[in-house]
Amino acid sequence: MPETTQGRIIMSHVWKMVAQRLALGLLTLFVISLIIFGAVELLPGDLAQSVLGQAATPETLAAFRRELGLDLPAHERYLSWLGGVLQGDFGNSLANRRPIADLIAVRFSNTLFLALYAAAISVPLSLVLGILAALWRNSIYDRAVNVATLSSISFPEFFVAYILIFYIAQAGIFPSIANVSPDTSLGERLYRTFLPAITLTLVVTAHMMRMTRAAIINLLASPYIEMARLKGLSPGRIILRHALPNALAPIINVIALNLAYLITGVVVVEVVFVYPGLGQLMVDSVAKRDITVVQASALIFAAAFVTLNLIADVLSTLSNPRLVHRR
Amino acid sequence: MGFLTAIAWIAAVIAVSAGLAWCFRAVAVAALPQTMAKAMRTAPLTASFGLLIILLYIFAAVFADVIAPFPERAVVGAEYLPREGLDGQFILGTDNLGRDMFSRLIYGARNTVGIAIATTALAFLIGSVLGLLAATVGGWLDQVLSRAVDVLMAIPALIFSLLLLTIFGTSITTLILVIAVIDSTRVFRLARAVAQGIVVMDYIEAAKLRGEGLWRLITREILPNAMAPLVAEFGLRFCFVFLSISALSFLGLGIQPPTADWGSMVRDNATLITFGDITPLLPAGAIALLTVAVNFVVDWMLHRASGLKE
Repeated sequence: MPETTQGRIIMSHVWKMVAQRLALGLLTLFVISLIIFGAVELLPGDLAQSVLGQAATPETLAAFRRELGLDLPAHERYLSWLGGVLQGDFGNSLANRRPIADLIAVRFSNTLFLALYAAAISVPLSLVLGILAALWRNSIYDRAVNVATLSSISFPEFFVAYILIFYIAQAGIFPSIANVSPDTSLGERLYRTFLPAITLTLVVTAHMMRMTRAAIINLLASPYIEMARLKGLSPGRIILRHALPNALAPIINVIALNLAYLITGVVVVEVVFVYPGLGQLMVDSVAKRDITVVQASALIFAAAFVTLNLIADVLSTLSNPRLVHRR
Repeated sequence: MGFLTAIAWIAAVIAVSAGLAWCFRAVAVAALPQTMAKAMRTAPLTASFGLLIILLYIFAAVFADVIAPFPERAVVGAEYLPREGLDGQFILGTDNLGRDMFSRLIYGARNTVGIAIATTALAFLIGSVLGLLAATVGGWLDQVLSRAVDVLMAIPALIFSLLLLTIFGTSITTLILVIAVIDSTRVFRLARAVAQGIVVMDYIEAAKLRGEGLWRLITREILPNAMAPLVAEFGLRFCFVFLSISALSFLGLGIQPPTADWGSMVRDNATLITFGDITPLLPAGAIALLTVAVNFVVDWMLHRASGLKE
């Protein structure tokens, strides 16, 4: 049966490609962990000295070095750090000596929740807006949306956040401080984090919408769309059934890019709304120069970023038959 | 009702700025020499509005000493005085330490925008020199630089700058260096891609045979042809750099007090927003307005350069 054999060859080709991408992603993560670890080695002077200050006695310095293992050579420290990270042990915070894993676990799930919440609103919204803009291109709607999105791309996140606080939280509709704890119920959680989620939505929707519009309009000049138009199909059907499937690869890419941006873009929004997420922990730790916590948060953010980009890469490959059925 | 008045305000602001942009375009067409006037005449209202705003910011930054009624760092009154308080002495009130808000906004134009321009320029210097070098020399140098940039770009920019600022401490010099290095990776990509299209041309081959050195080859033969896309990119990168410096300053990790800076001004006066006072929105709005203006102008330039008439 020739058809199934061919199908099997195609699938194995796709899996090979996915495996290659995964290997590349793992390699990137490994190099990133090297950079994040190695950046601390660049520290001018000595870590113990800069944490404890000039007034520290030689004994406390030596004790501190032994506690962090600073008396070991760099490659041994890197291996033990990486080994710990892979088992979920990020070491202790320099500021309060608590295990970092405990600090991070809840906060990271809070950050993910906020990012997913924003994504659930912004992805459908930007797809619909983008398709409508492509459908009614050069109309008043298209121009208004164009100017509005160009402006909102340029706004700093905290500007959008404070405008929302000023108009919506001041009216008492939604709270301006998003304090959630692990035992907050889902409905309550959605209610309290509504403003931060909307802020993030406003920031990322513009970019996704513009790319959707551009990807579809790019295709509208191609001959097969011309043919569909000559057949007398309605503009809506041409865009949804003929243009959209081919525009999927760039759209998936830009969505994943923006989700990756959401994961890191939450930092500023979390600070504005005092949301207990990983971003706020990282900013606090930078101010306290709590290097181990910053290392751990940077690694987690970078890992999430790389993973999302990887998923985008694989999905956009799978959505393009020309890449899957390559001869 | 608050919502309706907000809509009315937005409509009024758009109408006024469109009118200003139209007047500015008319004046510019009349005042500028022939060739530039021709380009201005075809500029959309958004682009001429952007140009007008950019000129206003440059004016405020250059003549900050003359315009600002009070010195940048002087405490001139009580804390959080309301707008027009004390017989209109403080146009926008005072901040959390009793410094004049309006004066600090004006000085902020000099500090924030100046630092952002310096950073962007440095990023372009590093990125384009390395990018052109990688494309011209090729071989292992190209491989090493490109792979290094790939890895650096895999780390989210804000997170990476937070990590580097923890290590090197927060000062204006480290801020400029850190952001410039991180941003130069994006410039490197573009410069390398553009230059790769140029180095395969015949005239480069001829120049090499003529015995031109590497430096002369890059600066005199390749750079002039790579200039147009790099200049358009400069505007976009400026926006990114400006926004990330503002974000870091807002987080308290960028430009440090007592230097007047828009990001940290938002942070310092943020509590006022819960009392229904718009003061913290003013510096944030100043940031937003400038990036919108630059984006409008860049959009127009890209549109002109790509020759799209649709």
